[in-house]
Amino acid sequence: MDFQFTEEQEEIRKQVHALCSRFPDEYWRERDDTGEFAWDFYQAVADAGYLGITIPQEYGGSGLGITEAALVMQSIAECGGGTQACSSVHLGIFGLEPLIKYGTKEAKDKYLAKVLSGEIHVSFAVTEPDAGTNTTQISTFATRTGDGYLISGRKVFITKAKESKKMLLLTRTSPYDQVDKKTMGMSLFFADIDPKAVEVRELHKCGRKSVDTNMLFIDNLYVPKEDLIGEEGRGFYYIIDGINPERILIAAECIGMGKRAIEKAVQYSKERIVFGRPIGMNQGIQFPLADSYAKLETAELMVYKAAWLFDHGKPCGKEANIAKYMAAEAACEAADRAMQAHGGYGYIKDYDVERYWREARLFRIAPISQEMVLNYVGEHVLGLPKSY
Amino acid sequence: MKTLVTVKRVPDPETTIRVKPDGSGIVTDNIKYVINPFDEIAIEEALRIKEKQGGGEVVLVSIGGKSVTEQLRTGLAMGADRAILVLCEQPLDSLAVAKLLTKLVEKETPELVLMGKQAIDDDSNQAGQMLAALLEWPQATFASKIDFAADQKSATVIREVDGGLETIGFALPAIITTDLRLNEPRYASLPGIMKARKKEIKEIPVADLGADITPRLTVVKMAPPPKKEAGKKVETVQALLDLLHTEAKVI
Ligand SMILES: Cc1cc2nc3c(=O)[nH]c(=O)nc-3n(C[C@H](O)[C@H](O)[C@H](O)COP(=O)(O)OP(=O)(O)OC[C@H]3O[C@@H](n4cnc5c(N)ncnc54)[C@H](O)[C@@H]3O)c2cc1C
Repeated sequence: MDFQFTEEQEEIRKQVHALCSRFPDEYWRERDDTGEFAWDFYQAVADAGYLGITIPQEYGGSGLGITEAALVMQSIAECGGGTQACSSVHLGIFGLEPLIKYGTKEAKDKYLAKVLSGEIHVSFAVTEPDAGTNTTQISTFATRTGDGYLISGRKVFITKAKESKKMLLLTRTSPYDQVDKKTMGMSLFFADIDPKAVEVRELHKCGRKSVDTNMLFIDNLYVPKEDLIGEEGRGFYYIIDGINPERILIAAECIGMGKRAIEKAVQYSKERIVFGRPIGMNQGIQFPLADSYAKLETAELMVYKAAWLFDHGKPCGKEANIAKYMAAEAACEAADRAMQAHGGYGYIKDYDVERYWREARLFRIAPISQEMVLNYVGEHVLGLPKSY
Repeated sequence: MKTLVTVKRVPDPETTIRVKPDGSGIVTDNIKYVINPFDEIAIEEALRIKEKQGGGEVVLVSIGGKSVTEQLRTGLAMGADRAILVLCEQPLDSLAVAKLLTKLVEKETPELVLMGKQAIDDDSNQAGQMLAALLEWPQATFASKIDFAADQKSATVIREVDGGLETIGFALPAIITTDLRLNEPRYASLPGIMKARKKEIKEIPVADLGADITPRLTVVKMAPPPKKEAGKKVETVQALLDLLHTEAKVI
């Protein structure tokens, strides 16, 4: 067993911290206030080459693994940008995996370099209002027309659709009631977010204001057949392929945010004097922070175990799901306790911890809810009967 | 232009330094190490010079244990071309460092040696000056701006001196030491980090350089600065004056 990061991985962590130090708390506070997308942060991350971290070298990326990608995301979160920073680059860091694995060479040549340079943003459009967690029930439909497809339907919670030119769009190409297996008959497209056929309406969220999340109303969107990813009807499987790495990255983001919250709380608890001593001298303050730190460290082990398994081509469903579950719980609890340690100031925006608290909460819901993770563990790890 | 840049491994300025109870040094457990911040500025400047001149070579040199490799890799990731590590476990004073650097300069024959004005651990601020003296080269210390003549045979440097700025001109080769305002060092890019993996770090045992590094200095004792006592509030100016006279005995 080797629990050491390599010298190069340590260097990546160090350099991401150096990059993020140019974007201090005030920067993210302002984004949270105005909702303006973090363009310069995004561009700095692109320019430093991180968007291509898992993209193969033949397409101009660095061809590194999920371990390195997770380190990048954790480091970004640790530096205080939270989900505003992470989600602004998240999809560029890993989301294009279906295109890389199953896309045509032409599509890859055409798009990957532009994603790498930060020129085109990409959204991931799966969730629908009438299907929710039950993805197989989606009804957005792609109908064949001559040399392409016409797509209509509704999507909800689609992140960054305002900045994105393209989206990985999951649709049905055979209706739900006409397939033998409900996971069949869905297709994945690398579609344009063409304003003539796609109306983007932003939703107002609890946190992460500068990274928009939207309703999409898609009405006869034309997609040429070159932009179909892989085979028609197998789209669901291409999405499923990316699910474990996605959980690993989200978990890493949670660890970073949780650690940042604890760091802030520790610093504050040393400085704040009440009853003639620093509040951090009270075990009532100290223990919850120590407990949270222990949970974060433990969850972090699971994150990098899952990443290691994935990078070595081994099954990692159990580990990736558990990492996401534990990291999201640990991060939410850490943010809540950090806020508590700050007393009334914790509720004031200038102290940043309330921002982490609002942001960390997302990860108990998305991209997969804690309940669905437990469903996975119950059914696939413990072998209990499926409950739904 | 070929530039030699010196790199020292020092404790991260953000770590809390604790002195060992016996005063023989600092506690080094759990300390994070970084490139001496002034050396980082020197690396950045060397890279900018190379980029501006459209060619040349940036060679990092360091003296110390194997662990310095970490800092040299960082410098290579920033964009330096190669590195030399003089392996030496014993502590060195500034003169010994300058003598070792003299030997390296003779081997490498750079047109320019860029150094930090001081290392933030010992704060000696001597190595650059001593190296210039030993080589009999011109020196420009505390540089906040560096320009070269079109033929690259001479330089103009603005120095930060007490009470203002001084501009000096001199012929190359020369020694320049960097001040804080010279530039803001870049962070390495991911491709930079990956390229650094393949760049050469040449190790030279210190004995091979044949310099006299006998210590001229002994550290007698290290002590933490005295703890700050809580202040006192006084009601009137007169009370303050009285205390300054009777207690603090400064007036
Ligand atoms: C800010 C934000 C950004 C997002 N970005 C994207 C994006 O970019 N692209 C995208 O496609 N989606 C995105 N999502 C959607 C996200 O993945 C979904 O919200 C999530 O998968 C849950 O779906 P739902 O909201 O419809 O919940 P529902 O499916 O309606 O579930 C509601 C609740 O019921 C629980 N539940 C449902 N079924 C069961 C069961 N069988 N057993 C136990 N509990 C159950 C769930 O756990 C949940 O707590 C985003 C969501 C948010 C909030």
